[in-house]
Amino acid sequence: MTETMSLAIPPTSGSLGAALRRAERPNRLRAFALALPALLFLVVTFAAPIGLFLTTAVRNPEVRSVLPQTVAALDGWDGRATPGEEAFAALAADLARAKEDNTAAALGKRLNYESAGMRSRIMSVVRHLGNLKDGALAPQFTALDPVWASPDLWAIIKRNGSAVTPYYLLTSVDLAQDASGGIERVEESQAVFLDILGRTLWIAALVTAATLVLGFPTAYVISLAPSRIAGFLLLLVLLPLWTSLLVRTTAWVVLLQTDGVINQILLALGLTTEKLQLMLTRFGTVTAMTHIQLPFTILPILSVMKSIPEGQMRAARSLGAPPFFAFWRVYAPQTLPGVAAGCLMTFILSLGYYITPALVGGPRDQMMSNFIATYINRDLNWGMAAALACLLLVMTLSIYLLFLRLVGAERIKLG
Amino acid sequence: MNTMTMERGRLDEAPPTTTGSETMVAFERVQKTYDGRTLVVEDLNLAVRRGEFLTMLGPSGSGKTTTLMMLGGFEQPTSGRILLEGQAVERLPPERRDIGFVFQNYALFPHMTVAENVGFPLRYRGIRGAEAKRRVEEALSMVKLTGLGERRPAQLSGGQQQRVALARAMVFKPKLILMDEPLGALDKQLREHMQVEIRRIQQQLGITMVYVTHDQSEALTMSDRIAVFHEGRIQQLSDPMTLYDRPENRFVAGFIGDNNTLACEFAGTENGLGVVRMPDGTRLFTTGPSGQARADLTVSLRPERLGLDGPDRRNAENRIPARVLDRTFLGDRVRLTLEAFGSKRIVASVPAAEGAAILPGSSIGMACFAADCRTLTR
Repeated sequence: MTETMSLAIPPTSGSLGAALRRAERPNRLRAFALALPALLFLVVTFAAPIGLFLTTAVRNPEVRSVLPQTVAALDGWDGRATPGEEAFAALAADLARAKEDNTAAALGKRLNYESAGMRSRIMSVVRHLGNLKDGALAPQFTALDPVWASPDLWAIIKRNGSAVTPYYLLTSVDLAQDASGGIERVEESQAVFLDILGRTLWIAALVTAATLVLGFPTAYVISLAPSRIAGFLLLLVLLPLWTSLLVRTTAWVVLLQTDGVINQILLALGLTTEKLQLMLTRFGTVTAMTHIQLPFTILPILSVMKSIPEGQMRAARSLGAPPFFAFWRVYAPQTLPGVAAGCLMTFILSLGYYITPALVGGPRDQMMSNFIATYINRDLNWGMAAALACLLLVMTLSIYLLFLRLVGAERIKLG
Repeated sequence: MNTMTMERGRLDEAPPTTTGSETMVAFERVQKTYDGRTLVVEDLNLAVRRGEFLTMLGPSGSGKTTTLMMLGGFEQPTSGRILLEGQAVERLPPERRDIGFVFQNYALFPHMTVAENVGFPLRYRGIRGAEAKRRVEEALSMVKLTGLGERRPAQLSGGQQQRVALARAMVFKPKLILMDEPLGALDKQLREHMQVEIRRIQQQLGITMVYVTHDQSEALTMSDRIAVFHEGRIQQLSDPMTLYDRPENRFVAGFIGDNNTLACEFAGTENGLGVVRMPDGTRLFTTGPSGQARADLTVSLRPERLGLDGPDRRNAENRIPARVLDRTFLGDRVRLTLEAFGSKRIVASVPAAEGAAILPGSSIGMACFAADCRTLTR
C-alpha cells in the first residue's frame, strides 16, 4: 500500500513537503475561514478595546495640548534656575486660552498627581489672569505663590511636555520621578500599590490552596464512585457554576453577616458567646472565593484522575507499597497535570476578583480589581487604572509562563 | 525455591527438579459472590504446585480472573480459605503477600523511568543503592532490555512494556508470579514470541507462575497444567496433552481445539470398550470416563483423529462410510466436511498429500480408533 502510494508521486514534482502543503492549503483556508467570524469578534470586542485602554497607562496629553507655548519656551531651559520671562509669558498666554477652552481644570488635575498643590496654583493663576499688569510677569506669579520661582515646578511642566509618561506605571509599583527625572521610591505613607499587589497574590494563593485541599479529595471520590453516583456528585459540583456570581456572593453576605445564619447557629450551639465578625474580613473573602472557585479546581483534576487506570494502584500494592505510599508515589504524581491546570485556573481567576472582595471583604481585603474600578468610576483617573491593569496582566502572564516552565505545557490538562 | 535464584538460572538449564507434589498455593472450598445472589466462583478447590506453570483457562465471566484477584489480594473470598505455603492469606493485603503480578495492560507507572519502575518493589523491601541497581540490571537483562533503563514506558513498544512489567514482577524474587492475560494486547507474532520468553524465564528461575488466559493455544503452549474454568467451576485440571486428548466433559471438549460432538446412546460394552449407537444406527467403539451406561451421552472426536481408512489405521476399531460435502485447502492439511452418522457437519482434517485427490461428492471410507472417540456425560 505504502509502496504504491509513494510510486504515485512523480519524481519530478519537487519537494514532497511543498507538495503536501499545497495539497492541504484548501483545507487550511477553509478551517481559517470558519474561525474568522469568531476571530474578528474577539479582536473588535476584546483585544482592541483592552489594548487601547492599556495605552492610557502611558498617554500624557494634558500638558502638551494645554500648554504648547510653555513647553516650547522651556525647550532650551537647563532646569537649574528659575526660567526666564518668556516662559512666564508663554504660560500666561497658554492659561488664558485654557480659560476660554475650559481645559485648565484637567491640566491642574493632571499636574496635581505629580505634585500636590499644583491644581490650586494653576487655578489661582487662571483666576488672576485679568489682574496681571504689563511688565515683568515673574514677580507677579511669585507674588501669587512663591513656589513659581522654584525650578522643580517648572521641571514638572517641562517633563510632562512629552506625549508619553512613565508616571502611572511607576506609581503602580510605588516609584516616582524626582525633580531631575531620576527614579526613586515614594514615601512610606504614599506606598500602597505594592501592598495591594502582594495582598492580591496572597488572597489568590490562599484561595488556590483552599480549593486544592477541598477539591482534590472530592475529585478522588467522584473518580472512584460508580457512574450513577458520580454523575450526581458532579452535578453538585457544577451547580454553583450555573448560578450568578453576584447571587452566590450575596448568599455569602446573608450567611456571614453579624446577625446571619452562621452566627445564629454558633450562638444557639453555645460555641461562642458573642457574635463573630465574619463579614468584611479576610476570612469571609477567602471562604466565599473558595466556594466560587471550587469547580474550576475540581474539574481538571477529575478529568485527569478518570484517565488514570485503576490497575495503577493495584500494581503498586502488589509490588509491596502500602496503600498510602501506593497513592502518594504512584497515583498522586499522575494527577499532577490536573492539579497544575486546576490551580493555575483558580489562581489566575482569583487575581482578578472584584465583586466578592467588594461585598464580603473589608478595606484591607480589597484587591487590585477593586482599585482599578475605583480609579475608573470615582477618581476618573484612567491612566492609573490602566497602569494597574497592566500590572495585573503582567503578573498573570508571568505566573502562567512560570507554570509552563515548572510543569511543562504538555503536562497541563485543562479538562 | 529460595535456592532457585537468578544467578543460577541459565538458558540451557533443564527445568528445575523441585518436588512436583509440594503445594505452593491451595484454594479450599473458596466461594466468591459480588452481588450476594450469583456465585462468580463456586466451591473452588485447587492446589498449585511449587515451581509449576499453571494456567487458568476459560471464557470471560468464567471466574478465572476473580480467582487470580483473590490470590493477588485484590478481592476477598466470600467463604473458604486460600493458603500460601500453608498459611492462610485471604485477609492479608496485597503488599504483604510477596506475590508478583503482571496486569493485563501492564500497569507500568508512566511518570517513572523503566529502571524506577523495575526498582519500585525493591524500595519497599529495604533494598537500596548499589544492590538495588544490580538487581534492576539483572532483571532487565533477564527480559533482554539491558540499556533501556532510562527510557519512559511511553517510549517503548508494546512488547518491551510487557517485558518491563515482567521484570518488575520478578525483580524482588517473589514466591509466585501471577499474570492476568498479559499478552492480550500484542499482535500474534509477538505474542507467540513472548509465550516462549515467559516460559523460558519461568523455567530458568524455577518460579511458580499462575497464568490467566482465554486463549487455548496459549494455554496449551505454555503450561505444565491447565485448569479449565467455566461458570465458576474448574471443569478439568490436567496437563495440556491429557486435556486435549481426553477431555472430561462437553465444555472442555468444545472449548479446547476443534471437535465433532454428537449425541448418542449407550449400547453396552465389548472387549473392554464402550459401544454407543449413533443417530443413524451406526455402532461406535469408544472410551470415556467410567459410568457411561446412560442414555444421554455425547461422543467427541477430533477432526485430525478421523482419518482416511488406510495402512495407518489398519487396527482402528471404527470404520465409517462417509460422503464428502466440501473440501478446504489449508496448506499443510485439507479440511473435509463430511456426511456421516446421519450428520452433515462432521469435520475431518487430513494431511494435504492424502486429501488432494478427494473430490466433493465422492464417497470415502474413514476410520478412527476407539481411544479417540470420547464419550462424555456432561
